Amino acid sequence: MNDGDARPLISIRNVFKSYRRGGQVVPVLHDVSFDVARGDFLGLMGPSGSGKSTLLNLIAGIDKPDTGAVLVDGVDITQLGESELADWRAGAVGFIFQFYNLMPVLTAFENVELPLTLTHLPRKLRRQHAEAALALVGLADRMEHYPSELSGGQQQRVAIARAIITDPKLIVADEPTGDLDRQSAEDVLALMDRLNVELGKTILMVTHDRRAAERAHAIMYLDKGELSTAGDVHERSVRDARR
Amino acid sequence: MQFLKLVLRNSLRHKLRTGLTVLGLVVAILAFGLLQTVVDAWYAGAESAAPNRLVTRNAISLTFSMPLHYRDKIRGVDGVRTVGAANWFGGIYQDPKNFFPQFAIDPAPYFAMYPEYRVNDGELHAFLRDRKGAVIGRKLATTYGFKLGDTIPLQGTIYPGTWSFTVRAIYDGAEAKTDTSQMFFHWDYVNETVKAKTPRRADQVGVFVVQIDDPARSAEVSRAIDRQFVNSLAETLTETEKAFQLGFVAMTEAIVVAIRIVSFVVIFIILAVMANTMAMTARERLAEYATLKALGFGPGYVARLVFGESVAIAIIGAALGIAATFPVSAAFGAKMGTLFPVFEVSGATVALQIGCALVVGVAAALLPGRRAARVKIVDGLRAIG
Repeated sequence: MNDGDARPLISIRNVFKSYRRGGQVVPVLHDVSFDVARGDFLGLMGPSGSGKSTLLNLIAGIDKPDTGAVLVDGVDITQLGESELADWRAGAVGFIFQFYNLMPVLTAFENVELPLTLTHLPRKLRRQHAEAALALVGLADRMEHYPSELSGGQQQRVAIARAIITDPKLIVADEPTGDLDRQSAEDVLALMDRLNVELGKTILMVTHDRRAAERAHAIMYLDKGELSTAGDVHERSVRDARR
Repeated sequence: MQFLKLVLRNSLRHKLRTGLTVLGLVVAILAFGLLQTVVDAWYAGAESAAPNRLVTRNAISLTFSMPLHYRDKIRGVDGVRTVGAANWFGGIYQDPKNFFPQFAIDPAPYFAMYPEYRVNDGELHAFLRDRKGAVIGRKLATTYGFKLGDTIPLQGTIYPGTWSFTVRAIYDGAEAKTDTSQMFFHWDYVNETVKAKTPRRADQVGVFVVQIDDPARSAEVSRAIDRQFVNSLAETLTETEKAFQLGFVAMTEAIVVAIRIVSFVVIFIILAVMANTMAMTARERLAEYATLKALGFGPGYVARLVFGESVAIAIIGAALGIAATFPVSAAFGAKMGTLFPVFEVSGATVALQIGCALVVGVAAALLPGRRAARVKIVDGLRAIG
């Protein structure tokens, strides 16, 4: 499902990241290096505070490492300025958040259309794209509904439609099913599966949910800021089952 | 379009909070407009002064008079076209609170010098023929219900006794700012009555209104008039009518300054209220601003959202406040009767109201807008829950 380019979509090299809390420096990521192939669906797991969301943020370009390189599609995003990084995010990454993060004053359609307003697409084309994206997530009949008029699962599907509207190669999802009931979580995961399989999107998903992780092709474990294990989902399941 | 949608819908998101903020703005803009109109009313006399009219008074002070024969000497000064005597009468109509200006004047030259007082020819002739007649302004007539032929009794203060004048003419103002709350009657009639009762006070004039040929020569003509009376018992001070009127305003300048300060304090208070509203708004929406930034929107866009919302609320408040200023000022002016001869909301006041509202809108969003623009995406996203 990749576009023929053999290079990994994501290359993380010797990344260190720490936060300051009070006067103390708290290390979060310690010398992390790995690659993610194009078209991959990678799950990031680990206990709370292990640094998985921080790693996701670094890859998504919404945070910067202390040292190290984060290359996405050949671009070292640690070298980009704020403005360049914003432009890069607009075209290269789709975000799926745990709490959907939709604009409450915009309808489902307007929320999905929002990222396209940063492009030069004419209004008519923007409308077509947004309608297609909402149809893809099964919400063609909910376009004029506000987020408050939608269920959690529907809101997350709107967020997924928003994430793919600019056709990014990479989709980052931080606990996408964390706020959903089981059935809605299944629907959302099935949708993400389709994005990966049918549209070839590379997906990075942080999750605590084992059922969600089973959708991933591979799992990466972070523990105390270090990459401890990587493997496919079956290896991880067996290992988890033995624990 | 999307930006405007976001701004407008965000503005109406907390209807009660926005409603109360708009209400505060309406009251502040209205109060500001009303106070500015009071200040304008204070200066109305000076604003309506003509550049070709001078006023000659006793150099010591207005409470001292000048001999009547000065009139002929002033008339002889080069550049003077017309001269008319005028005395402040200061009578009381029924009750001291029923204040309105009354002047004993030289009728013919006076009305020739004040073309802004528009009097019907027939009525003016009736006034000129009746030595006990009076000309009153339209506002005065309306306030007290005076009609042609009515007798207006005045209790004299400067000129003791009970005086009666018959309304022979009612004048209208050429412009909205023309004072139509005054009453004029014959200087000769007052002088003759005074001469009969207290001869030593007769033939004395409060001020001479002087019309000159060329307004550009006002300083030169003023000096020439005053030179006529140097080293006399009543030296004169001649100045333009505007300077003369401003001299009155200067006597009460402290009040005017206080009113001006209060009007701007009102604006400052609403600025603080508005800034608080916008700060709460920005704090509540940090996660949304962070999301927008994650999606690729720049800090400028996020700041503009905050500014847009603040300015939108300010504009709504200003529009309603300005709209309310006109009827409230009209009611206030009517209630004040003839205390403020001219009480009109000026274009300058409306422009100031708009300017203040915009300043409030922009200034209130400065800190919240800065905060929204500078929020770190990871911190903002964490604020969601």
